[in-house]
Amino acid sequence: MNHTLAELQSGVAPAADPTVKIAVKGLDFFYGDFQALTDITCDIRDNAVTAFIGPSGCGKSTFLRCFNRMNDLIIGTKHAGLITLDGQDIYAPGVDPVDLRRRIGMIFQQPNPFPMSIYDNVAYGPRLHGMKKKADLDEVVETSLKRANVWKEVKDILGRGGLTLSGGQQQRLCIARVLAVQPDVLLMDEPCSAIDPTSVQKIEDLMAELKSSVTIIIVTHNMQQAARVSDETAFFLQEVMGEPAMLVEFGRTAEIFTSPKDKRTEDYITGRFG
Amino acid sequence: MRDMKRITNAAALSVFWFAGLTTVVLLGAVILYVFVNGIGHINLAFIFTRPHGVNAEGGIWPMIVATLYVTGLAMLIVTPIAVLAAVYLAEYAVQGRLVRTIRFAADTLAGVPSIVMGLFGLAFFVEGLGIGFSVLSGALALSFLMLPIVMRTTEEAIRAVPKYIRWGSYGLGATKWQTVSRITIPAAMPRIITGIILATGRAVGETAVVIFTMGTMIFTPVLPTDPGRSMTVHLYQMAMEGINLPAAFGTALLLMVMILFFNLSARWLLRRNRRMQG
Repeated sequence: MNHTLAELQSGVAPAADPTVKIAVKGLDFFYGDFQALTDITCDIRDNAVTAFIGPSGCGKSTFLRCFNRMNDLIIGTKHAGLITLDGQDIYAPGVDPVDLRRRIGMIFQQPNPFPMSIYDNVAYGPRLHGMKKKADLDEVVETSLKRANVWKEVKDILGRGGLTLSGGQQQRLCIARVLAVQPDVLLMDEPCSAIDPTSVQKIEDLMAELKSSVTIIIVTHNMQQAARVSDETAFFLQEVMGEPAMLVEFGRTAEIFTSPKDKRTEDYITGRFG
Repeated sequence: MRDMKRITNAAALSVFWFAGLTTVVLLGAVILYVFVNGIGHINLAFIFTRPHGVNAEGGIWPMIVATLYVTGLAMLIVTPIAVLAAVYLAEYAVQGRLVRTIRFAADTLAGVPSIVMGLFGLAFFVEGLGIGFSVLSGALALSFLMLPIVMRTTEEAIRAVPKYIRWGSYGLGATKWQTVSRITIPAAMPRIITGIILATGRAVGETAVVIFTMGTMIFTPVLPTDPGRSMTVHLYQMAMEGINLPAAFGTALLLMVMILFFNLSARWLLRRNRRMQG
């Protein structure tokens, strides 16, 4: 797969493959002078769940935040290389990160409902983008809470503060909040590491349901979870402290977990380090 | 040896305990003294009528009106400026020299003796701008006193809103302004209001500033350009000119009740909001 410089600079992925949602080519990423990622190239498949695994501090979350340009909010970050969404360069000059984040939703490790009612939390995104009619909002709120597997628990307490829910319910509320703006891609940054097992089960179930309509990328420290929920897996590693992390291996989850090609991947998934 | 340690420990403990007790006793003594001396003088007529005689008898209604008027006006002047400045400092300004300078200026402003602020008010608002002794001059000068308090508490309140909540908003495709106006400021609101109330409590008790800017005339102000005498100034005159000490204590007690009311409502607001969000 060699690409000419002109192809890379044109901002359009060559030979656009319709099953590829996000394509990354030669991505380097820097926090100030520190290089966090080096030369990452991978294709994220449409309507699939892709898991990013690897030891702590190996740049998985940093990489994830490149997709919705959340890193733009951190002062002193810069990148090199190309990321395309549906063939369009997301860092091209004409692209507004605000519009991009509407298409690429994000779930954080710490559930972060806004200090307002459950209803208003879910209606927040649609309202931002101009939805005003009560009936429309009601419908979006109900649909989104149902898709996020939390409707049954909250349908009678929609007026109650989002922060009164349990941690796991809060996380599903946050998923509903993101789904309400109908993103094509859902980025999940260790969504299950701070919540109870019952909710983890519900979130894993809803990921399986959602992937028919949404491309999901999940960062996880839990390898069983990666094996359970994902179709493809990417293994990241920072081999030397202070040096940038890289993508060691990327492929079908079944293959990564049963017959990894790289020795380091095998060592990690068999629990020899990390 | 071990006994020695135990004795030292007990001695240190009792010193701390005594120091703590002193604070409470002092506060209790002041309140009790004012209460005992003032309560006998307070009745409806004292609150709702004008003074008469050599202004020593009768009520203090004009002073209550002037006090609430000047404080309320000062609050209206200060709140938008202070809150907008704080939002700028906390959310928009590039953190660097300019911001540090603004913050340092605010902190220094907060430390300026109030009588100096009064003198400035006299020279600038009363004389310079020709507003004269008036509620407006008083409110403007008081707002200088309140500005740094409200600005710094608001800035702290905004900074205290967790980063991941803002990120949640940005992640949904919100612009900076949408995030600030719909998430950050509402989340910080209880603490912002608390700051405003505390600054108002401070302004109600202020004497030096208003004596220089609003004057000492006993008058029930209607227009902002009317003069007036604040409760604190009235208290000063009644006591220092030996006209009517019991009336001074009555005024003092009312003043303390007002300030207590401000402080309690600030606490109540904070607590109620914490319950709603928690």
